[in-house]
Amino acid sequence: MPPTTAAIIGSYNPILPEVILVGGALLLLMIGAFIKQKNAIFMSFATFAILVLAAVPLYMQGDLAGTMFSGSFIIDPFARLMKIVTLISAAIAVFMAYDYMSKANLWKYEFAVLILLATAGMMMMISANDLIALYLGIELQSLALYVIAAFNRNSVRSSEAGLKYFVLGALSSGMLLYGMSLIYGFTGSTGFAQIAISIKTSGATIGIIFGLVFLLVGLVFKISAVPFHMWTPDVYEGSPTPVTTFFAAAPKIAAMAMIVRVLYGAFSGITPQWQQIIVIVSIASMVLGAFAAIGQTNIKRLMAYSSIGHMGFALVGLASGSETGVRAVVIYMVIYAIMTLGTFACILAMRREEGTVENISDLAGLAKNDLTMAFLLAMLMFSLAGIPPLAGFFAKFYVLLAAIEAKLVPLAIIGVLASVVGAFYYLRIVKVMFFDEPTENFVPMHGSLRLVLIGSGLFVLGYVVYPTPLVTAAGVAAKSLFK
Amino acid sequence: MNSWSILSVVTFLPLLGALIIFVIPGNDAVAKNNARMAALFTTIFTFFVSLLIWFHFDNSQAGFQFVEKYDWMGENFSYHMGVDGISMLFVILTTFVMPLSILASWDSVQERVKEYMIAFLVLESLMIGVFCSLDLLMFYVFFEAGLIPMFLIIGVWGGKRRVYASFKFFLYTLLGSVLMLLAIMAMYMDAGTTDISKLLTYKFSTEPIHFWGMTISGGLQTILWWAFFASFAVKMPMWPVHTWLPDAHVEAPTAGSVILAAILLKMGGYGFLRFSIPMFPVASDTFAIVVFVLSCIAIVYTSLVALVQEDIKKLIAYSSIAHMGFVTMGIFTATAQGIQGGIFQMLSHGIVSAALFLCIGVVYDRMHTREISAYGGLVNRMPLYAVFFMIFTMANVGLPGTSGFVGEFLALIGAFKANTWVAFVATFGVILSAAYALWLYRRVIFGKLEKASLKNITDLNMREVAILAPLVLLTILFGIWPAPIIDVTTASVEQLLHNYKNAVQAAHDAALLASR
Repeated sequence: MPPTTAAIIGSYNPILPEVILVGGALLLLMIGAFIKQKNAIFMSFATFAILVLAAVPLYMQGDLAGTMFSGSFIIDPFARLMKIVTLISAAIAVFMAYDYMSKANLWKYEFAVLILLATAGMMMMISANDLIALYLGIELQSLALYVIAAFNRNSVRSSEAGLKYFVLGALSSGMLLYGMSLIYGFTGSTGFAQIAISIKTSGATIGIIFGLVFLLVGLVFKISAVPFHMWTPDVYEGSPTPVTTFFAAAPKIAAMAMIVRVLYGAFSGITPQWQQIIVIVSIASMVLGAFAAIGQTNIKRLMAYSSIGHMGFALVGLASGSETGVRAVVIYMVIYAIMTLGTFACILAMRREEGTVENISDLAGLAKNDLTMAFLLAMLMFSLAGIPPLAGFFAKFYVLLAAIEAKLVPLAIIGVLASVVGAFYYLRIVKVMFFDEPTENFVPMHGSLRLVLIGSGLFVLGYVVYPTPLVTAAGVAAKSLFK
Repeated sequence: MNSWSILSVVTFLPLLGALIIFVIPGNDAVAKNNARMAALFTTIFTFFVSLLIWFHFDNSQAGFQFVEKYDWMGENFSYHMGVDGISMLFVILTTFVMPLSILASWDSVQERVKEYMIAFLVLESLMIGVFCSLDLLMFYVFFEAGLIPMFLIIGVWGGKRRVYASFKFFLYTLLGSVLMLLAIMAMYMDAGTTDISKLLTYKFSTEPIHFWGMTISGGLQTILWWAFFASFAVKMPMWPVHTWLPDAHVEAPTAGSVILAAILLKMGGYGFLRFSIPMFPVASDTFAIVVFVLSCIAIVYTSLVALVQEDIKKLIAYSSIAHMGFVTMGIFTATAQGIQGGIFQMLSHGIVSAALFLCIGVVYDRMHTREISAYGGLVNRMPLYAVFFMIFTMANVGLPGTSGFVGEFLALIGAFKANTWVAFVATFGVILSAAYALWLYRRVIFGKLEKASLKNITDLNMREVAILAPLVLLTILFGIWPAPIIDVTTASVEQLLHNYKNAVQAAHDAALLASR
C-alpha cells in the first residue's frame, strides 16, 4: 500500500524548522519586493515571528531522533537543543536590530531575508551528517553573512568588513573542500557514519590526518579561533552593530555544534589526533583573546577579542573528548550567547543625540546617568570574566572540570591564567562606568534593548540559584552523541 | 535547633536588606537617610540573630552543627551549610563588625549612599556564606564573589589612587584563587565529592607523581596544598604576596578598610584551618617549615617597614601583615596552643584592627589627611579620643590584659614547642610592634599642639563613642577572660589535631616500612 499524503508530510517533520525558515524567507522576499518602503516594523516583526515559529516544532518533536535524506541530515537531542538556542539568539538579535537599523536608515527588507537564509544555513550546519550537507549549510550561512556584514554600503568600514570576510571566508571554504576531498578519497565516503567506520578499520592514515587538518582549518575559521581569527575584529568593528550582534551569537553556536558533530561523529576513532590540534587552537585563542583585548579602545573590537577568548574556552571542553566535555561545550555556548546578547544590548544603546558612539571611554560615568544599565552591564562584564556567583563562572567551571577529568591539567592552568588576564579588560569597562566622571548622557535606551538587557542580566545573576535545567538539558544533548 | 535554618537566615538576611534598600525610591536626603537606617537595622538584627547561634552552640561537640543540606547543582554539588568551633566565631565577628562599619560611614559617605549600603550588605552575606559553607564549590563561590562588592567599594568610594588599588586587589586575589578552583576540581575528581565534612577525613594520595620528567614527591596532596596555599597566602596576606594590602587599605574608605582588615583577611587563616591542615596533613607537615620562614619574614620585615611609614593607614596595614604572620605561624605549628592562638589572634585582630582603622577614620573625617606629620598634640583637644586610641594601640602591641596578648602568647608557645628558632625570631615582632605602635601614638597624640589646622579639632561625638565603646569592652574582656572563645574552639581543634597527628603518623610509618 503506498503511503498516504499525510504520512509523507509527517515524515518530513524533522526538517520542519528549515522549511519554515526558507519558506518564510521567500515569503518576505515577495512581500518586500511588492510593498517596498514603510514596512520596516512589519518586516522586523515577521522575521522575529518566523524565527520563533521555527523553534516551535523543535519543542514538539519530543525525543525524536533519526536521519533523513540517505543519512545526510540528522536530528537528535543535541541538534534540537543547539537549534533552539541558535534560533532564539537570532530572534533576539533581530528583535534588537529594528531600533538601530531604522534610526540609521539602514532597514531594507533584504536584511530580514538574509538573516532568515543565514539561519536556515545554520540549521543545516547543526544537522549535517554528511560532508556535502555540511558544506551546503556553511555556504548558505556564509554567503548571507558576507552580504549583511557589508550592509551599510555607504560606509567604507562596513564594505571593507564585508569584503575582508568574503575573501578570507572563501579561502577557508577552499581549505574545507580540499580537506573534504582528501577524506573522501581516503575513506571512500562523505557520510559521517561511513567515515567513522572506515577510520575504525584503517586507523589514522596520513591522508586522513591531512584531510582532517584542512577540514579543521575551515571549521575553526567559522568560530574565529586563533590562528584563523584575523577577520573577526575588523568584521565586528566594521559591520553595523545589529549585524555584529547577530554575528556574535547565533553563527558561533551553530559552528561550534557543527565542529562537535564532525569530530565526535566522524572522527571519534582518531580522537588523540584531533585532540592535539584543538588543544593548541584553544590555548592560542584564550591567550590571544586575553592579551589582544587589553589595548582596545573600541568596544566592538574588544568584544571581538573577547569572543575569540571565549571560543578558546569552549574548545577546552571539546578538547577533553568526553561526554562531560560535550556537555560543558553546550552549557558554555548557551551561557555565552546570553551574556553576549545582553552586552550588545548595551552597545546598541550607546547613542547620543548626534549618533551612535562605540568607544569604551564613552561609557564614562554611566553609573551616575543610568544606574540600571551600568549595573547590569557590570554584572555581564564580571560574568564574562568568569567571576562567581555569575553564570559565566559556571560556564568556565564545567569546561575546566571536563579538562581536569581528561587529565589536561596544563590546558586548564593556562585557561585560568588567561581568564585572570582577561578579567583586566572586563574590569576596565566596569571602572570606566563606575569610577570615572560622567560625560554626556546617552539618549534613553529603547524598550526592546532594555528588555533584552534585563532578561540577560537576571539570567546571569540568577543562574546560581537554579542551575539544574540547563545542566540536565545539556546532559541529554551530550548523551545523544555517545551512543 | 535545626527546625528553622538559622545559618541560611543569617547568611541571607543582609541580602534581603540590600533588596529593600534597592527598592527605596529617590535620591534625596531622605532616601539617603532611609538607606542608612535600613542598613543599620539589617546589620544589627543580623547580629542578634547570629548571637542565637552562639547561644545554642554545643561547645562539647567537635563536629558540624546547625547543618542544612539541599540539592543544588545535580547530586554532586549541594547547598550545604554548618558551623563548628572553628568557623562559628568568625560568623559572629562578621555580624558584629558590620553595624559598626555602617555607623562609621554615616557622615563620611555622602555620595551614592544607597549603592554603598547595598554593596556592604551584599558583602556581608557573602562573607558569612564563606564561613558557613560545607561544600567546596559553594565555598569558592562565596569566597570569590566577595571580590565584586569590595572592588566597587574601593573603586567608587576610595581615595586618589583607588583605581590602581582596586585593580591590584581584584587581580591579585583572583590569580591566587583560580589555582584553588582547579585544585577543588581535582579533589572532586579524586574523592568524588565536594562535601567538606567528608573530605576532612578523606586521604588524598601522597604517591609521587611523575610529570614531564619531573617527580613531585608527596604527589597529589603536595599539588593541592600548594594550590590552596596560593589562594590563602594572597588573601592572608603573607610575605611576599602582601603588596596589594597596603594599597587597598590606604585607598579604601574607612569602613572598607575595617571590613578588609577585620574579616576578609581572616578568610585566609580560616582556609588554612578548614582545608590545608585537615585535608592535606602530610603536605602541611612537610611544608610547615616554608610557612614558618615566610611568617617570620612577615613578622620582622613588615614590622620594620611599618616603622618608616608616613601614612597612618599604611602603618596599620603593615602591622596587620605582621600580626597575620603570627596567625600562620601558630596554625602550622599543629599544636593545640598554636592553633588556638591563631584563631584567637584572628578574632582579636578582627576587633583591634577594626578599631584602629575606625580611629584613623575619626581624625581623617576631620582633617582629610592621613599623614602622620600633619598631626601632633591631639591629646590637648581630644582627650577621650586619646584614651580610646591608647587602649587599641596597647592591644595592637600585645600588652597583657588586652586581647592582643592572648593570641600572640599562645601562638608563640605553640611555635616554641614546634621549633624554638621560629619562636625566637617571631618574638622580635612583639618588640618591633611596640616600637612602631608607640612611636605612632606619640607622634599623633602627644607633643605640643602646634599646627594651626588642629586648633579647632573636636573630640569624639556620641556616634563615634558608640562605635568605639563596644570594641574597647571586647578588647579588655577577652584580654582578661579569654575562656568564652577558647571553650568554643577547644573541641573542634582537638579533633582536628587528632586526625592530623594520625594522618602524619600513618605517613611516617608507611615511609619507614617502604625504606626497610
